[in-house]
Amino acid sequence: MENHPAEGPSRVSRRSFVGYVIGGATLIAAADLGLTPSAANAAPIPSVPQIPEVYDLNDFLTHCAMPTSNLIAIEVDEKGHAHFALPRMEVGQGITTAVAMLIAEELELPIDHVHVTLAPARPELLFNQLTGGSNTIVSVYTPVRVAAAIARKALLEAAAIMLGGAVTQLTSKEGVISLPDGSSVTYGEAAAKAAKPTTEKVEVELKKTSDHKVVGKPHRRIDAREAVTGKKQFAMDLDIPDALPTMVCRAPELNGTPHAINNKGDVETMPGVTHVAIIPTGVAVRAKTFGQCIDAVRALDVTWNSGTVGGLSAKDIKAELKAGQIPLAVPKIGATSVDGEFTFHFRSGSALEPNCAVADVRDGEATVWGGLKSPIDAQGRIAKALGLPQTKVTVNVVQGGGSFGRKLFSDAAVEAAHASKAFGAPVKLMWHRADEPRQGRVHPMAVSKVRATVLAGSILTFEQRHASVATDFTHGLGERLTAEAAALPTGLSNLTFSESIFLLSQELPYNFGVVTQLLNEPKPAVDRFNTSSVRNIYSPDVATASELMVDQLAKKLKQDPVTFRRNYLKSDVVKRVLDRAAELGDWGRSMPAGTAQGIAVHKEYKGATAVLVEIDCRPETVNRKVRDAVTGPRVTKAVVVADVGLVINPAGVKAQMMGGFSDGMCQALTYSNHLVDGQFLEASWDNSAYTRQWNTPFEFECEVIESHGSQPGGVGEAGVAASMAAVACAYARATGKMPTEFPINFHDPLHFEPKSFIPSVPESPTDGLSYTF
Amino acid sequence: MPTHTFQLNGESVTVDVEDDVRILWVLRDILGVTGPKYGCGINVCKACTSHINGKAFNPCSVRVSDIGADDEITTIEGLADTAPGKGLHPMQEAWLEHDVAQCGYCQPGQIMAAVALVNKVREEGRAINEADLDTIRNVCRCGTYTRIREAIKTGQDAMARGL
Repeated sequence: MENHPAEGPSRVSRRSFVGYVIGGATLIAAADLGLTPSAANAAPIPSVPQIPEVYDLNDFLTHCAMPTSNLIAIEVDEKGHAHFALPRMEVGQGITTAVAMLIAEELELPIDHVHVTLAPARPELLFNQLTGGSNTIVSVYTPVRVAAAIARKALLEAAAIMLGGAVTQLTSKEGVISLPDGSSVTYGEAAAKAAKPTTEKVEVELKKTSDHKVVGKPHRRIDAREAVTGKKQFAMDLDIPDALPTMVCRAPELNGTPHAINNKGDVETMPGVTHVAIIPTGVAVRAKTFGQCIDAVRALDVTWNSGTVGGLSAKDIKAELKAGQIPLAVPKIGATSVDGEFTFHFRSGSALEPNCAVADVRDGEATVWGGLKSPIDAQGRIAKALGLPQTKVTVNVVQGGGSFGRKLFSDAAVEAAHASKAFGAPVKLMWHRADEPRQGRVHPMAVSKVRATVLAGSILTFEQRHASVATDFTHGLGERLTAEAAALPTGLSNLTFSESIFLLSQELPYNFGVVTQLLNEPKPAVDRFNTSSVRNIYSPDVATASELMVDQLAKKLKQDPVTFRRNYLKSDVVKRVLDRAAELGDWGRSMPAGTAQGIAVHKEYKGATAVLVEIDCRPETVNRKVRDAVTGPRVTKAVVVADVGLVINPAGVKAQMMGGFSDGMCQALTYSNHLVDGQFLEASWDNSAYTRQWNTPFEFECEVIESHGSQPGGVGEAGVAASMAAVACAYARATGKMPTEFPINFHDPLHFEPKSFIPSVPESPTDGLSYTF
Repeated sequence: MPTHTFQLNGESVTVDVEDDVRILWVLRDILGVTGPKYGCGINVCKACTSHINGKAFNPCSVRVSDIGADDEITTIEGLADTAPGKGLHPMQEAWLEHDVAQCGYCQPGQIMAAVALVNKVREEGRAINEADLDTIRNVCRCGTYTRIREAIKTGQDAMARGL
């Protein structure tokens, strides 16, 4: 494995770093985005480690930033306010708040004087503008603080001249710099004097963690007020002149394409409709309102080319995955083997904000606005789609209404560009909800096979073979991995990108003798199903399978699940979260028949999570009725304990854990896409059965424990895997039957009448006034 | 083209639009009132929840011709003005206190549904309970459901105190 030097070129001692004051009329302080924390693997290496123990996906993503590093800059304006354009995307995960806290801390400025916006596509950053893998804070933690510290130093130097004192006598607080005699200047006054005519290299020392006053304390999201007043703007809320609503009529089959429009003239004369045209993915319609787009999409008569999945159903994909699975190395040996096989069905990666983007393609230039986590990749794809040089495409990044891995891809932005070009007019393109589960990106279906060998009270082997539908990673990171392959730990260079991601992220935290966890994708082409690395990609499924097996092993050795885990866990970090969850959740308390506790752990993102749940599987609960809803077993209580390394914003971490729990729980119990004859049946939130209030635990507690780690870990995805696994383990204990298909209700009679495929979107109802309350 | 008049956030508005256009699109695409969000268009996700004459409704599923000149529509933008005092509505304050929002996309609808539910339960002469909270259909894909439940209880208390 690679050992990063702790003292990089921009780093002069443990807390001293070098950055720049950029020459110009205002104060601009900059640091290299490639500045990284010290070697990720300072801890001693345990025997026979899996790769993530010494070098994980976050190290890779952070490492990727280094050779292509570039400057990020904080500007201080004449009012003394700091401005920073973050080269990442905010989708609800709270990174703008955390970054504002870091700047406020180091710059000694009230947080409401810190303005964090999202940077447009910056091609010079190459691969360093991708929001994914819960890596944002890990990778910007050092450079953002360095830039802020440089800005503060420049302000102090200017103030010293203005006030006639020495820098060492000055104190700065809340945006005001003072001398002991009480004379003072504001940051705004000092900023003008602090600007430099030419760029200068500056050395600064960062604050000690123990001196932090903002970082580490709970802080409300900086956009909370905008969110609760309706003022927060998403892509479809932007007022771009003449960008009219646009929707796409899509094929009945998955990835079917348009051949011909049979009634174009009729549809063009419908009320409100301005344009109709074929684009590669369907027929685009532009109208005065989205309602009129829906009507036009429903009226279109289109001849379609067939799709990419033929007449296959979930059972066919399962058979394909099983047939292609890498064999287990250890043979099945009678009573000493504990075997399990688990199936994880497709589920939609949709956010509540549908895929959408605004595009204006005219006169050989394109401007696009959208929630894009890989804006440089989007810029390249749009340029290619339009036949324009990349320099003629401007990509503006807008805050997203959720992502969950979905917005790594720019599907709607590319469609919007095609439509705008075809129409010769700006468009505001949005997917209909029905399009999302049916044609949008999904979490890949997978079959996970586990075999453990138990002999004389010891676990000798633990093998996991995870066969998955191919995950699409072609959003700009894959190329980087290929380029970096030589620098990666032994063995990675020969693997596909998916296999590498799997190996970099999966780590079984137990001393189970010989441990192997391998992924393969029997059909690696990514153009059959539309997939993406939906939140925490492999981990929820892999952890659910392995933690269910851990419970089986405990049972075989007649040990309590918590005691067994504690006995076999390798890592103290995991043991600490497990013990605390067991304590907070009163593990082992007496529960009525048909209800049970379940517990699970997960180690990833330089931290660990333990989740304890209580589930009620009694018939009166399972069969409770809610209109058009999937009820089923109810998780009544959940306790999440997380060690996420150094914490910037505990409130943000807890929010991510609660959200991760909602994801994990429904993936265990209710949330899926049914593939039948080459089509996904789901077309609404009620169909897909994502977590709703009637599924929500009555009690939810999250504790972020004080970490022994000195660097921030990843947070956005860390809560999903242990949550899904804990719910599955609790269900197994409550019912006495280990579930092997997920979600557990997948084979129940379909709880909805599938909506039509032609027309591809449902009509908007007109009876809304009969549902008022 | 037919014209339609109704009361929006305390003001009378008149729009030129076809009869069958759903109110959500009249608000968003014609009037530029973007607080109510689209999440499904079929009255399932509830992201567009607003009030009509003080009751929660989903404008994605009501034709503009089905409302009259005296009908009062309140969107999240107008909610604060329905409460006493100059600041936010107590339910919005509760949302801030519990830092409910993550991405924020569903939250205007969640808050509008919460206010209507609290008013409904209060008219029944009781306080909100877990079963009432279970009836809320608004989707939050970020999974803020527990904080929503907590904020509604806080907001209910503040509304009862006439804040």
